[in-house]
Amino acid sequence: MLLEFEKPIADLELKLQEMKELAKGKKIDLATDIQSLEEKIQTLKKETFQNLTRWQRVQLSRHAERPYALDYIYEITNDFVELHGDRTVKDDKAMIGGLGDIEGRTIMFIGQQKGRNTKQRQERNFGMANPEGYRKALRLMKMAEKFGKPIVTLIDTPGAFPGIEAEERGQGEAIARNLKEMFMLKVPVICIIIGEGASGGALGIAIGDKVYMLENTWYSVISPESCSSILWRSWDYKEQAAEALKLTAIDMKNNGLVDGIIEEPLGGAHKDMKAMAKILKQTILDSLKELDRIKPEKRIEQRIDKFCSMGVFEV
Amino acid sequence: MAWFKRTDKGIKTSTEEKKDAPDGLWFKTPKGNIIHTRELKNNSYVCPDDDYHVKIGSKEYFEILFDGNKFEELDAKMKSGDPLKFVDSKPYSSRIEQTITKTELNDAVRTAVGKINGLDLVVACMDFNFIGGSMGSVVGEKIARAIDHSLKNKIPFLMISKSGGARMMEAGFSLMQMAKTSAKLALLDKAGIPYISLLTDPTTGGVTASYAMLGDFNIAEPGALIGFAGPRVIRETIGKDLPKGFQSSEFVLEHGFLDFIIDRRQLKNRLTTLLKLLNN
Repeated sequence: MLLEFEKPIADLELKLQEMKELAKGKKIDLATDIQSLEEKIQTLKKETFQNLTRWQRVQLSRHAERPYALDYIYEITNDFVELHGDRTVKDDKAMIGGLGDIEGRTIMFIGQQKGRNTKQRQERNFGMANPEGYRKALRLMKMAEKFGKPIVTLIDTPGAFPGIEAEERGQGEAIARNLKEMFMLKVPVICIIIGEGASGGALGIAIGDKVYMLENTWYSVISPESCSSILWRSWDYKEQAAEALKLTAIDMKNNGLVDGIIEEPLGGAHKDMKAMAKILKQTILDSLKELDRIKPEKRIEQRIDKFCSMGVFEV
Repeated sequence: MAWFKRTDKGIKTSTEEKKDAPDGLWFKTPKGNIIHTRELKNNSYVCPDDDYHVKIGSKEYFEILFDGNKFEELDAKMKSGDPLKFVDSKPYSSRIEQTITKTELNDAVRTAVGKINGLDLVVACMDFNFIGGSMGSVVGEKIARAIDHSLKNKIPFLMISKSGGARMMEAGFSLMQMAKTSAKLALLDKAGIPYISLLTDPTTGGVTASYAMLGDFNIAEPGALIGFAGPRVIRETIGKDLPKGFQSSEFVLEHGFLDFIIDRRQLKNRLTTLLKLLNN
């Protein structure tokens, strides 16, 4: 699975591989050719990825090979115990959570989970949680608070699920409650958008002392496609909608709506999952170090003040 | 000379001098009942024949609730910025200007403090006429400040929601208004000050997923559309027709998310009873 702008790079990489094979087999000295091709690839990669359009970043955030929440969690923790269920209705597989440790520190991990193949995608409902998912998340957050463990949420959702049962069980109420309760959590909360951050479905687990976005992710009130269909009355203006919504990590950071951007390996997180996980782990550790120094009441106050200062208006 | 003989030819009144015809002297309900608007006004904008609740705005709600229609409006002058320089079919800034002229409102919520049957109450009321009652920075900020007023003066807070959801033209900023208002409500909750959320037709999207569903008391007018996702989106997602009465106030009450449904004609007195019960 390659995106349009990944193709020229992939073509060159294939050529490089062929060249290396050739050099191995026939003992011809292609070292200089190989080196120049490698340099060419690197330059092309840099050029491509430094000049991504907003829509291209949206595409990267949805890349079929992009690492998902559980990929990162298993990569960065020594032990991880997944916990299930909201204790009321069922276990929502679009929302995962559990206790894990990094460098001896136990953390409550919570996140939306997408699937890799058709079967998994259905099981995970494409990362679209139902109310029980948000209630499961809240149950785990309250547990973390009880045991004094910090919370890390990994956000990756095209939205909260719009379905009949979701409405019957109060999708709006479930998200609203999470927003309110998360402000009052006494433990540090770190939220990281690792893929898609669509609207209330994302925000429902994204009230944190630190909110970060990976470089190639998006976070906004609506997806570019839906925005296009509503404001332009056609699905064809998604690129334009992506531009107008200013939904990338850089935009959101510039507008003061997130705290920071986490750099991805060149070519995107899917090109080097282990390297990405390492950066993620370091960010979590650094943030915890900073947040540990603040008293819980002060942390809550700062969390509230931060979100309350967001907005542009004239008095 | 015949009394009816026209001496001057043509119509003499200039266009400017012509009075606008009252905007619908008669109102027709969806069931086809016709009622004079004056009678409608005297009946809290509810049709006496079929109990249809006409969609009304902050002006009418304030008039229904506040004693003698007396209240002090908060942050009345606050207006929207255009942080993203958003342009769709027209620039957001001119959309705002035009809507202000058309509706004589500054944004989609008005907040005020006054008395209902002698009891202090802070009221925030949304106006659907203003870009579909959408929630942008101004809506979030005015609600936040109204809650601050409640907190500071220990006065109960009533939120009247009527909204299609978040305002797309403020994108990320509008999303964060959900967080902002929820944060303030968390503080109100902690302070033990009552919060009553009245959901009216329609209340959907980010408004449902934040302050509208966070009341100590969630109440609704009869027959209102209340939901997170809009009916069209759900129908398209699941590819099935929706059951009758889906996402109506009655449906939401049945599923346990409302305390009660209130006829607008009884609203003021029921709120008074509730507030008095809390005070005793």
